[in-house]
Amino acid sequence: MLDGRFRFDNFVIGAANRLAASAARAVADAPGAAYNPLFIYSSSGLGKTHLLGAIGHHARQLHPELAVEYLTLDDFVSQLHQAIATGQAESFKRRYAGVGLLLLDDVQFLTGRVETQSEVLRVFNALQGSGRQIVMTCDRPPTEIADVDERLISRLAGGLIVGVGVPDYETRVAILRSKCGDRGVRFAAGVLEELARSPAANVRELQGALHRLVAHQSLLETPLGVADVWHVLGTARAAAAPVPDEFEAFLCDLATTLAESVESWRVRLGERIACWSAEGFCTDRLERILEAREPPDLEAVEASFAADAERLRTIEAEAIRVDPRSAGLPLFRDPDRLREAAEFLVRAVASNDPLPGPRAGYRLNDLVRTPENRMAIQGAAAVIEAPGLRYNPLFVYGPSGAGKTHLAHAIGNALKVREAQPLAIACVDGEDYVEELIAALQHGGIERWRARYRTADLLIVDNVQALDGKERSQDEFFHLFNALQQAGRQIILTCDRPLAQLTGLQTRLRSRFEAGLVAEMGIVAGTERWRRPTPVPGGDDAAAPTIESVIDAAFTPVSGLEQVDFDALSRATQPLDLFFFDAEKVVSEWPSIDGRVVEELR
Amino acid sequence: MPIVNYASREITCKIVYYGPGRSGKTTNLHYIYDSVPESRRGAMVSLATQNERTLFFDFLPLDLGPISGFRTRFQLYTVPGQIYYRTTRKLVLHGADGVVFVADSQRRQLGENLESLRDLHEVLAEQGVDARGLPVVMQYNKQDLPRELICTTQELDDALNFRAVPSFAADALVGTGVFETLRRTSELVLRRLGAAAGAGAGR
Repeated sequence: MLDGRFRFDNFVIGAANRLAASAARAVADAPGAAYNPLFIYSSSGLGKTHLLGAIGHHARQLHPELAVEYLTLDDFVSQLHQAIATGQAESFKRRYAGVGLLLLDDVQFLTGRVETQSEVLRVFNALQGSGRQIVMTCDRPPTEIADVDERLISRLAGGLIVGVGVPDYETRVAILRSKCGDRGVRFAAGVLEELARSPAANVRELQGALHRLVAHQSLLETPLGVADVWHVLGTARAAAAPVPDEFEAFLCDLATTLAESVESWRVRLGERIACWSAEGFCTDRLERILEAREPPDLEAVEASFAADAERLRTIEAEAIRVDPRSAGLPLFRDPDRLREAAEFLVRAVASNDPLPGPRAGYRLNDLVRTPENRMAIQGAAAVIEAPGLRYNPLFVYGPSGAGKTHLAHAIGNALKVREAQPLAIACVDGEDYVEELIAALQHGGIERWRARYRTADLLIVDNVQALDGKERSQDEFFHLFNALQQAGRQIILTCDRPLAQLTGLQTRLRSRFEAGLVAEMGIVAGTERWRRPTPVPGGDDAAAPTIESVIDAAFTPVSGLEQVDFDALSRATQPLDLFFFDAEKVVSEWPSIDGRVVEELR
Repeated sequence: MPIVNYASREITCKIVYYGPGRSGKTTNLHYIYDSVPESRRGAMVSLATQNERTLFFDFLPLDLGPISGFRTRFQLYTVPGQIYYRTTRKLVLHGADGVVFVADSQRRQLGENLESLRDLHEVLAEQGVDARGLPVVMQYNKQDLPRELICTTQELDDALNFRAVPSFAADALVGTGVFETLRRTSELVLRRLGAAAGAGAGR
């Protein structure tokens, strides 16, 4: 419960508490934005609780919607024990999850309370993680609180730590005058000044002495003089004036100077560096910014670093799935090596998860060259001759059954055997690409999924229209496309309609597709589509069996048991190419005789 | 430039007490040493000859504890004032964040003061330090001596303080002006943090 008497307007500021008061005011003005957590420490009776109450009071006035919770650590412990005893632990957690400003007094009592420490740590994480403010008071600095979890110490010390010193003479006089003003009491000239010279160790003792003077004056109904002060208080004034503590005064002045001199953005960045370092991350990037003359856009810097660190964590998790020995590699803790980490993952995935290759059985010379598909076939031939150099991407569109899939897979098969160095060929259907992405998102394997396709030397996406209108798939494909193209890898896309008809395609992708060769394939009628060879660069003859040999192999009956190759049966058999059983791919209705004549005359 | 480590929240400053021989530099450090609680001070290293004149240098490390959330350390050095220890003075002055020039207020020492001040500027120039940018505070020590033997602070200001830097009258034996001098020097040093380019060494 906040004490309404504790406000900023009745808090007397002197050299010993100026910094703490300024920080408290800043926190109350903008909870969660300035110093989080704010840790105020001092000996007893110097105004910690007053500042804490003032923060709560002021914050409530400025932000009526803010949930302010003030309590001592003992209250917190009691509530925690009560919640556990009554089985209400969850509601206890929920209660603190909704707090916007937590004011925790006397945290020095954390010493040795293991379960309280872990609960406080959890509450801290929850509140700080959502940008809510925590202010604590203590009778000593965080590092001097004994038997406290290191993680909690680092949290306590992670924000701003300010000390409140013993007030100097002038501040004492000001405090006494303020107290008298509050109570409507008047003393003879010099009485309060004399009282301020008393050896009271803190403001509370000074207040006690003032109470005695007030009581004495009101009982006797005679004004007290300067000479009566020491008589009333029952203490002899020290024979000599107390030797001022030069060192303490020096420290107080230094604190004021330091608070004015140190730039707040550097302090905040320093705090972030300390946090990231504690999590094991290399903070060179932030430290370089710290050396800058001008304040940077701190929000952007922090967000960028946090995003990169998060990405590194994801990449590491993916890499561990592929190879558990990857755990804890230094490059996963250095945001400046993000690209290197991504490449590492790509390599790890490539060696563990082969790409889907082109289906065997498709050869380019099985396609009949006609005016409808001449450009596509010529483009394919050019791609086979110089992959990645001439037509990149090769975008082939045409109606179903035109042979786009055949063409795309045939290029894959040709390049598979043609190159001296084996190429990594990824051949994926657009639908499968989208489904894989959904599965990766669902099961948390997105980095691994990305990395897998980035290893491809040749990427074939059949039926790319499946990406139409699917924003996330297109985003992913855009990055993949750029990565591959920049590395000089070949991309081949097939589509069942012209680019102009892909109304849900992002402009950035459309322009990239158009930048290569866009070729149409029309339907080729009749069985000629398989029988007339298409000249292609040498070397793809060995790519796959011919159509005829596949049909022969499929329909040749086994003559007897003695001819059965049992070894072959125990081996994994090649799946039968279903191309010929696909109604879309096989012409079942022959064109009329007129049509055939016209075709042949061409 | 003071070393500020924002990550570990530490500030380290080096302040050098400069001046002619027997002007009271070591006495300043002794007074500070005696005034600082034991927990805040390190061992004072003092290499002196038998007649207590600084042979090499004095070094007093002060750990001022957390100030404004920064662990603040001051390193106080003195240089040997005798003219023939110039190389030592040059070494000690290297990397100083602030200088306290301790002048002997005795009239007969005015020439020594001027020579030492000139020496300070020469050494700084040799180290490529612009004396105009370095925090310097003048301390006129031995002001407790009889009036007829010493120059007034005004006279000393006129003779020595041509850059109009802060100056303090002092009697280092009893501590008068010692902390005032240190406080002002520290202020000047710390105020450079805000304006400093590349102050955040970061490590």
